[in-house]
Amino acid sequence: MEGLAWLAAAIAIAILGIVVWSVARKGWSELNLDLLTKSPIPFSLTNAPQGLANAFAGTLVIVGLATAMALPVGILVAVYLNEFAPPSIRTGVGLVLDVLAGVPAIVVGIFVFVLLVTGSGQSGIKGAFALAILMLPFVARTTIEVLALVPNALREASLGLGIPQWRTTLSIVLPRAIGGILTGTVLAVARVAGETAPLLFTSSLVGTQTSWNPTHALQTIPVAIFELSESPDPKDHARAWAAGFVLLIFILFASLTARWLATRNARKIAGR
Amino acid sequence: MSAADVSAGSTRRPFTGRRVRFGDLALQLLAGAAALGATVLVGLIVWKLIDGSRLSLSKYGLGFVTRVAWNPVIGHELYGAGSFIFGTVITSFFALLLATPLAMGVALFLTELAPRVLRAPVTALVETLAAVPSVLIGLWGILVLGPQLRTHVEPWLHSTLGFIPLFGPPSAAGASIFTAIIVLSIMILPIVSSISRELFLGVPAELKEGALALGTTRWEMVRGVVFPYARGGVAAALILGLGRAMGEAIAVTQVIGGGVFIHWSLFGGGDTLGSKIAASYQGASTNLQASSLIYLGLILLVLSLVANIVAQWIVRKVARKHGVTRGGHA
Repeated sequence: MEGLAWLAAAIAIAILGIVVWSVARKGWSELNLDLLTKSPIPFSLTNAPQGLANAFAGTLVIVGLATAMALPVGILVAVYLNEFAPPSIRTGVGLVLDVLAGVPAIVVGIFVFVLLVTGSGQSGIKGAFALAILMLPFVARTTIEVLALVPNALREASLGLGIPQWRTTLSIVLPRAIGGILTGTVLAVARVAGETAPLLFTSSLVGTQTSWNPTHALQTIPVAIFELSESPDPKDHARAWAAGFVLLIFILFASLTARWLATRNARKIAGR
Repeated sequence: MSAADVSAGSTRRPFTGRRVRFGDLALQLLAGAAALGATVLVGLIVWKLIDGSRLSLSKYGLGFVTRVAWNPVIGHELYGAGSFIFGTVITSFFALLLATPLAMGVALFLTELAPRVLRAPVTALVETLAAVPSVLIGLWGILVLGPQLRTHVEPWLHSTLGFIPLFGPPSAAGASIFTAIIVLSIMILPIVSSISRELFLGVPAELKEGALALGTTRWEMVRGVVFPYARGGVAAALILGLGRAMGEAIAVTQVIGGGVFIHWSLFGGGDTLGSKIAASYQGASTNLQASSLIYLGLILLVLSLVANIVAQWIVRKVARKHGVTRGGHA
C-alpha cells in the first residue's frame, strides 16, 4: 500500500510537470517581442506578425485596479476582526469570508453583470470590481493570519504607554505585519491575474486596439487565451501558448517568491 | 482577545482626551464598515442573482430545474437546467472519484513516507499546481490531452469495458465529458491533497507512536490511527473539492464539447452549469434567455454554497471534537 502512495505522489508531480512542460515547450518557440508590442489582426489570412499588446495592457490595468480596491478593504476587515470584534462577530464574519471565497468565479462574473453591466455596458473598472470580490476574502484571510502573529506584548506595551488603540494599530501592529500582508497580496494578485470567468461578462467584448482607459472594456490575457483556444486556426493556438507561457511564468514566479518570503516573514513578525 | 479587551468594558476613559477617543471610534467604525460590507456583499450576490433571473423564475418556476431543454429559437423558446445539472453532477462526482485516492496518496507521502529532504520541495510543487490558471489547464486539455484521450485512451476503454454504458463510442473531436472529468480532477487534486496533508500533520504524535510501540507496521498505523483521526476533516476537504469542481467554468467549457442531452456515455459531449454560462458570454438573443442563464448561475451558487457550508460545519465540528480530546490528554 505504501507503494501506491509513492505512485500517487509521482503521478501528481508528473501531471504538474506535463502541464508546465507543454506550456513551456509550445510557448517558448512562439515567444517574441511582437507578442507584447503588436495588436491582434482579426481574420488575418496573411502571416503578418500579430501580438496581444491589448491583452497585456488590459491585464495590467484591471489587475492593478482590482488590487487597489481589494487591498484596503481586505486589510480593514482583518483589522476589525483581529483588533476590535467580539468573538461571536469574528466567527460570524469569518464564516462569511469562507462563503465568499467559495462563490464560483463565474457566479461572481454573473453577479457583477447583473449589478453593473446590464444597461450600461462592460468596462475595465467593472471587470476589476469582479476580480476584487475574488481577492477580498483571500487578502482578509492572510492579513488575519499575519495580525495574529504580531505578539500581544507589543500591543500591550504601546497601550500601556498611553498610546490610543487606533495609533497602536496603525503605527505599531500594521507596520510589523506589512511584510506578511504584502506576501498575501502578491499571492492574491498571482491568483486573479489568471482568472477568466469573472471577466467574460464584465470586460470581454473588445476591439483590437491597445487601450489603457478602464472606462472601456479591456482585453486581458486569460480572456484572450480562452478565445484563441476555441479558434480553429493553429496560428491562434500558437499565440495562446505564448501568452499562456508568459502568464504561467509570472504566476509561478510570484507565488514561489511569496512562499519564500512568507516563511522568512513569519519568523520576523513573531520576533523570533 | 488582545487589545480589544483592554479598551472593552470602559465606556469612559478618564485619562484620555476626546480627540483620542474619536480616533479609536473612527478606525473601529471604518474597519467595522468594511466587515459589514463584506457580509452585505454575500447577501447582495444572492439577491442580485434572484433579481436577474426573475423573468425566468416567474415563467418556469421550479420546473426549470429538472427540464432538459435549451432552445433559444424565438417563438419556440424553452429553457431548463436539467441536462446542465446532470453534467455538473456527473463531471464533479467522477473527478472527485479520480482525485481522491491520488490526493490521499500524495498527502500520506508528504506526511509519513517521503524522506525529509523531499517533503518541502514536493509540497511546494503540489501547491504550485494549484496556482496554474484554469484557462491554461483548459488550453492544455483541448489541444494536448483531448486528442491523446481520443486516439488512445477512449478506444481502449471502449473495447475492453464497452459493456458498461459509461464507456460508449469514442468522441469525434476529443472534447467530451471524459476530458472534462480528467481536467477537473487535475484541478481539485492540489486542494484536496494540501488540506489532507495538514490534517494528517495534525494527528497527535503520541497516538502514532503509541500504535507503532504496540508493534503495528507503518501502514497499519496509518490505517488504524491517521485515517480514523482525520476522517471528518478529509470528508470536509472532499466536499470543498467537490464544490470547486462544480463551480469551475472555464476549463470545462474549453474541453466538454457542449450539447443539451442526458446520456450515460462519458465520451459524449455535454455541458455543466458553469460551462453553459461561460459559453454564452458573447450575449443572449432574448431577455428570457439572459434571465435563464442567470437562473443557471443561481442554481450553481446554491449548490456551491451548500457544499461550502456543509464543509465548514464539518470542519468546526471536528475541531471541537479534537479540541476536547486534546484537552483530555493534557
